[in-house]
Amino acid sequence: MTTVDTFSEGRSLRRIREDRTPSAAIGYSDPPKGAAEKAARANDGKPRRPRSVSGVALLPFLLPVTLVLLWQAGSSFGFISDRIMPSPVAVVAAFWERLLSGELARDVGVSGARALSGLLIGGSIGFLLGIANGVSKLSEQLTDTTLQMLRTIPHLAMIPLVILWFGIGEEAKLFLTSLGVLFPIYLNTYHGVKNVDRDLIEMGRIYGMSGWSLFRKVIFPGALPSIFVGLRYALGIMWLTLIVSETIAANSGIGYMANTAREFMMTDVVVLALVIYAVLGKLADVIARTLERAALSWNPAYQR
Amino acid sequence: MPVGPYQSPLAFISDAELDAHHAAQPVDYQAAPQPAGLKLRGVEKRFGDNLVLRGLDLDVPAGQFLAIVGKSGCGKSTLLRLLVGLDEPTGGRIEFVDEEGEAAEPNSRIVFQEPRLLPWFSVADNVAVGLGDGVPKAFGRREAERALKGVQLSEKSKEWPSKLSGGQRQRVALARALVSRPGLLALDEPLGALDALTRIGMQDLVTNVWRELGFTAVLVTHDVAEAVHLADRVIVLDEGRISLDLEIPRDQPRRHGDPVLAELEGSLLDTILGKA
Ligand SMILES: Nc1ncnc2c1ncn2[C@@H]1O[C@H](COP(=O)(O)OP(=O)(O)OP(=O)(O)O)[C@@H](O)[C@H]1O
Ligand SMILES: [Mg+2]
Repeated sequence: MTTVDTFSEGRSLRRIREDRTPSAAIGYSDPPKGAAEKAARANDGKPRRPRSVSGVALLPFLLPVTLVLLWQAGSSFGFISDRIMPSPVAVVAAFWERLLSGELARDVGVSGARALSGLLIGGSIGFLLGIANGVSKLSEQLTDTTLQMLRTIPHLAMIPLVILWFGIGEEAKLFLTSLGVLFPIYLNTYHGVKNVDRDLIEMGRIYGMSGWSLFRKVIFPGALPSIFVGLRYALGIMWLTLIVSETIAANSGIGYMANTAREFMMTDVVVLALVIYAVLGKLADVIARTLERAALSWNPAYQR
Repeated sequence: MPVGPYQSPLAFISDAELDAHHAAQPVDYQAAPQPAGLKLRGVEKRFGDNLVLRGLDLDVPAGQFLAIVGKSGCGKSTLLRLLVGLDEPTGGRIEFVDEEGEAAEPNSRIVFQEPRLLPWFSVADNVAVGLGDGVPKAFGRREAERALKGVQLSEKSKEWPSKLSGGQRQRVALARALVSRPGLLALDEPLGALDALTRIGMQDLVTNVWRELGFTAVLVTHDVAEAVHLADRVIVLDEGRISLDLEIPRDQPRRHGDPVLAELEGSLLDTILGKA
């Protein structure tokens, strides 16, 4: 009999369903790793090393490093007043001092715990609502319109009301953070479930899946790319909400650290707080990306 | 409905023990395939005002390879969906019979034009989906490997579907349909999207598995040559009725370019295009 293998490699005219990646493209701006090397190879098909690997890799850091050096020089030569902007060295010194005293660990820990618990509570509610409304018509009709209306209220606009309800304690921050992350997670989960390929669901039913097994094998994995988009969006909102609410009222955390420092005109600590927020935000995003890559390794968009 | 990930009650049993278990006590899903014949009486399907099938009468003996051809929109897919129970007829009835003509419960499967593989499952796990929920994991894995061997894709069992070519994906879909040893296999233009050479290879594959497993096959195709090459019998569907019912008097395997088959192909095309 004919060996099918010799004929079938790579000659299909089929539209390739599995290659469609509905939500993978939203919001990812970084070019895939190794794109430069691929481009270099494309010309003659032979792998050719870029002239200097380290040179290419370091290029993106050229500008920030130069800026920091200029900033340091400006401070050292007295062009920039300490009141307006501390020197980078002063920021590093402030970092070291607070690290040794243990204050830094405490404040970062408190802020991190707030962020995480807000994400957990708001994220779970949003996720469960998204799944329920994507799967059940009844649930969708009951709650979707309401959620879509609530979504249009900027959650930070509720701060006065939240202070009236909860005072300025932990509950207020938890409530705001949860509220902030709820909607992006809800919307993307709902959208993801709604957009799972109908043909795949029909296939699942033909092969006897229903209820939990249909959800576990078809609907949830199909919605996962979109859920991750929601998660990463929610992480941004989570930090933003936390910064605002910690700055308004807190007696611990990074926002508190920055606020007290402002009262004493310690600009180095204020800038340190900014840097820490940035690092935490980046860290959260890197973790989410890593999870995403691991969970979506089947998706050609995440294969290297 | 179970509320946790499926945990087979046999998960702790080794493959060897499982073999012994199955030998001592044959399980349903491992039973030899029982080809299911078809008996259609006045089958009608209506979508609103659109009467797509107008009283079909058709007898398909168990184990036959039937091909259905006809113009686009004549109701071929609709008929297949009725046969595998994806839709209900609005009139008439469909009965399944075994080789002796007694009423039987069919184990029917369908392969579509698109492979419909789960992109997040490996090739082997996709095939194991064909065994249904609730089979022991070790058993599912072994049956999947066996079915993949049958479609000559053993070496791809751990790949993601996105890494396969179109023809290979369609073979995985075929393995998934065959792994449960169906009595009736419906094929809705399964090769329609493949290029000519891949297609010839796939046709031989379909013929071989059909001869080996002995299920009843109902193939919808828009390619008359393919119908004549593969089937025992070809029917032409036109305006919701069977306008031609033709036996193909040639044993398998058939040669491409057989003059008798070419003749039959010509007369079938004439009927479909209304020149006869
Ligand atoms: N779910 C549906 N709802 C309404 N009308 C339908 C539905 N499915 C099929 N039809 C109609 O039934 C008719 C036959 O459709 P069917 O898909 O069976 O054609 P076909 O013979 O398979 O055509 P093709 O060769 O193009 O696949 C068409 O007119 C189509 O519009
Ligand atoms: Mg069709």
